[in-house]
Amino acid sequence: MTMLVALPILLPLLAAGLSLVLGRFATLQRLLGVVVFTANAVLAVVLLAEADKSGPVVLQLGGWDAPVGITLVADRLSALLMLISMVVMLAVLVYSIGQRITDYGRSTSSTAFHPMYLVLGAGVSMAYLTGDLFNLFVAFEIMLGASYVLITRRTTATRVRAGMTYTIVSLTSSLLFITMIALVYAATGTVNLADLSGKVEALPVGVQSAMALMMIVVFGIKSAMVPLHFWLPDSYPTAPAPVTAVFAGLLTKVGVYALIRTQTLVFDHGESWTLLLWFSVITMIIGALGAIAQNDLNRLLSFLLVSHIGYMLFGLALYDVTGLAGAILYVVHHITVQATLFLVSGLLTRHTGTVALRGMGGLAKLYPAIALLFAIPALNLAGIPPFSGFVAKLALLEAGAEVGTTMAYVATGAAVLTSFLTLYAMAKVWVFAFWGKSKPPHPDPDPTDELIIGTGSTSRTMVSATSALVVFGVLIAVFAGPLSEISTRAATDLLDGGPYRTAVLGEEAE
Amino acid sequence: MSEGPPRSQPSGEKKRRTSLWEEWDTPQEHWLLVGSHRDGRERSLLLEVAARIIFPTVLVLSLYLLFAGHNRSGGGFSGGLVAGQAFVVRYLAGGPMEVRAAVGLRPPVIIGAGLSLAVLTGLAPIFWGEAPLTSAYVSMTLPVLGDVHVVSSLFLDMGVYLLIVGVVCDLLRTLGAGIEEQSPRPRRRPSG
Amino acid sequence: MNTVNVTVNLTMALTIGGLYAVGFYLLLQRSLMRIIIGIVIVGHAANMFLQLAGGPPGRSPIVGVSPAEEMTDPLPQAMALTAIVITFALTTFLLALAYRSSVLLGHDEVRDDVEDRRIRRQQQRVDEREEPDEPGADRKFEFGTDNDKEATR
Repeated sequence: MTMLVALPILLPLLAAGLSLVLGRFATLQRLLGVVVFTANAVLAVVLLAEADKSGPVVLQLGGWDAPVGITLVADRLSALLMLISMVVMLAVLVYSIGQRITDYGRSTSSTAFHPMYLVLGAGVSMAYLTGDLFNLFVAFEIMLGASYVLITRRTTATRVRAGMTYTIVSLTSSLLFITMIALVYAATGTVNLADLSGKVEALPVGVQSAMALMMIVVFGIKSAMVPLHFWLPDSYPTAPAPVTAVFAGLLTKVGVYALIRTQTLVFDHGESWTLLLWFSVITMIIGALGAIAQNDLNRLLSFLLVSHIGYMLFGLALYDVTGLAGAILYVVHHITVQATLFLVSGLLTRHTGTVALRGMGGLAKLYPAIALLFAIPALNLAGIPPFSGFVAKLALLEAGAEVGTTMAYVATGAAVLTSFLTLYAMAKVWVFAFWGKSKPPHPDPDPTDELIIGTGSTSRTMVSATSALVVFGVLIAVFAGPLSEISTRAATDLLDGGPYRTAVLGEEAE
Repeated sequence: MSEGPPRSQPSGEKKRRTSLWEEWDTPQEHWLLVGSHRDGRERSLLLEVAARIIFPTVLVLSLYLLFAGHNRSGGGFSGGLVAGQAFVVRYLAGGPMEVRAAVGLRPPVIIGAGLSLAVLTGLAPIFWGEAPLTSAYVSMTLPVLGDVHVVSSLFLDMGVYLLIVGVVCDLLRTLGAGIEEQSPRPRRRPSG
Repeated sequence: MNTVNVTVNLTMALTIGGLYAVGFYLLLQRSLMRIIIGIVIVGHAANMFLQLAGGPPGRSPIVGVSPAEEMTDPLPQAMALTAIVITFALTTFLLALAYRSSVLLGHDEVRDDVEDRRIRRQQQRVDEREEPDEPGADRKFEFGTDNDKEATR
């Protein structure tokens, strides 16, 4: 059973290698990707069941024991997030295969896309599973390295500028990450998260704060927390729809995951954390206001993504079981819904030939199916009752009210306000794009831009991949009961930290 | 990339005239030859002769580094980089066509093969019930070489070696040759 | 390995501090090439810091070669090596991207982001309305006026 923990990382890497070798055989390459992501999703289910039944599943790589060697840990939180991530990656992969076939035919292969997508998958799994800080860094680099290639593929002038911003900002945060690791190692002599959690308490308060702040900055850049978010709305919208979808769904959430993991396991803040609450408030509000000001559909969605990162930070900052459980539930909900929205936006863009909302109109009559596919995740994101967004938001609001400090109330108020602002932004999209007079397809402004290629044609594969993701998002709401139970258990584990430490370091550590 | 390198074959007459005695050290591969230069760059005799000597030597050195890597300085990464430098020298001396001639496979295939080999080595211990990335070693006494220790992580190093060689060749192809092909003014000078 | 390193080599500390300062200064420049050099220098600073975190220099950490008390801590070195490889690979990628950018745009200036350009356009429009004598007086500060598609959306 413990061996299974290594597979979600090694399988996609192996497949990436094979995919490069198979460069000429397009169909085999595609099949390989689909099989691997399916296998990873199945593995995640198995790991989740095991972790939920009998505690974290731990694997010491190479037979070197915990504080020295590389440890992989699958606990409830990491297995749950991995499951959602892999399902989303699978759906996006199917979508992009559909798009590729529609645009270039069945037999052409792309050298870079599939291997890099698989490497991205390996990096995401590794970030969830790793048990030490340095391998978290390596996981981030694997993931981001692949994402740099994916975002700058087929370079147009716009994309090079955006890719440059993205790469330089991410690289700077990675270098700060190394600095943070050096600081942590100099202070404690270990980078193993479980080992750290025991040693950090003995340090002077100043050193502890320095470490915590460095982590907030590093993971804040990765997860687009507001003062550090500026790169995201500028770079994501330029990539092709599937790439944006998977970045928006996963990369920022991995940053949030790292923040949750380090701040609960390594540090013990004890009570709700005012600084992070402030950050969460400005993230929610500024993101939502930024979204309303946009005319470009993808930029609007990107700002909403930033805004909703604030909800997860809110849950973490409350620092109690209900808050964390809400945050986890929110991550689960948001990975799915954000990826879905970007995929739908990709479908729309292909029909209209433009991403400008003013260039669209009357789409509800022309493409009722796409309108439905957009409406469900849009309402879901805004938190309208039957959907998962409502469940997650309700959990967070309850937690905020439960904590009951002034700051917690302010943040709760901000969360409610952001929910309305999100609804407003979505209504704006709906009014501009789906209602009103239909406009002729926008004249192609730049034929080399991949966003515009293949205007007017969407294949059945693309639509069904998107629909599958929409249905998956609805299923999250259907299974909200068991999901919120499991996230409560995961949150309890996180705040306790004991089971994790025992599982990694062995019995004698407790 | 797939098109074969324009190898200039030595004329058949010459081949027939070489006797069995001379044939054994006649190079099988033909590189840095007069006929294969069509891009009109200025050639440097010194560099080309040096490249002929350096290329195989550096490759052997890279293999030494690869095998010595387990308990001396070296290893797959540095070995691969050194081997990559051998291709860089050849690229400098002969241009993009030389690299294409030197590496039969497309660079992505080499990268993929290396990555797969490395990951497979990491996965292999699972079949013996050990944790992934565990290494095992075999010691044996061979007639000529004496005591030999073969460590399973050598295969991981080989994978890394291949990967790095592939990356260097890919960089030469996309950045070196790619840039030369795109650059507006060819480096052609009027002869005479 | 569990001890907290209280003493730090002053020369190293100053060097690392200087490298960080220089690197971040370069990162804030407008020219892409300087930004990349800045990234490289901050990378060096971070890796040296990682080395420094391993404590004072000692003998090679191989069992049987040197006594255990005199060994250096090998873990930061291994981590620094990994970090160096990663930084190296990403720098190569960045250079390729910078080259591509200079081919496509004809300069290595980093452009303003879309919001900034939009705001400037609106400001220009306001200015033009106020001072009809000098249309587009501050045009010369604009980077890349060619086909500013992104900002007009």
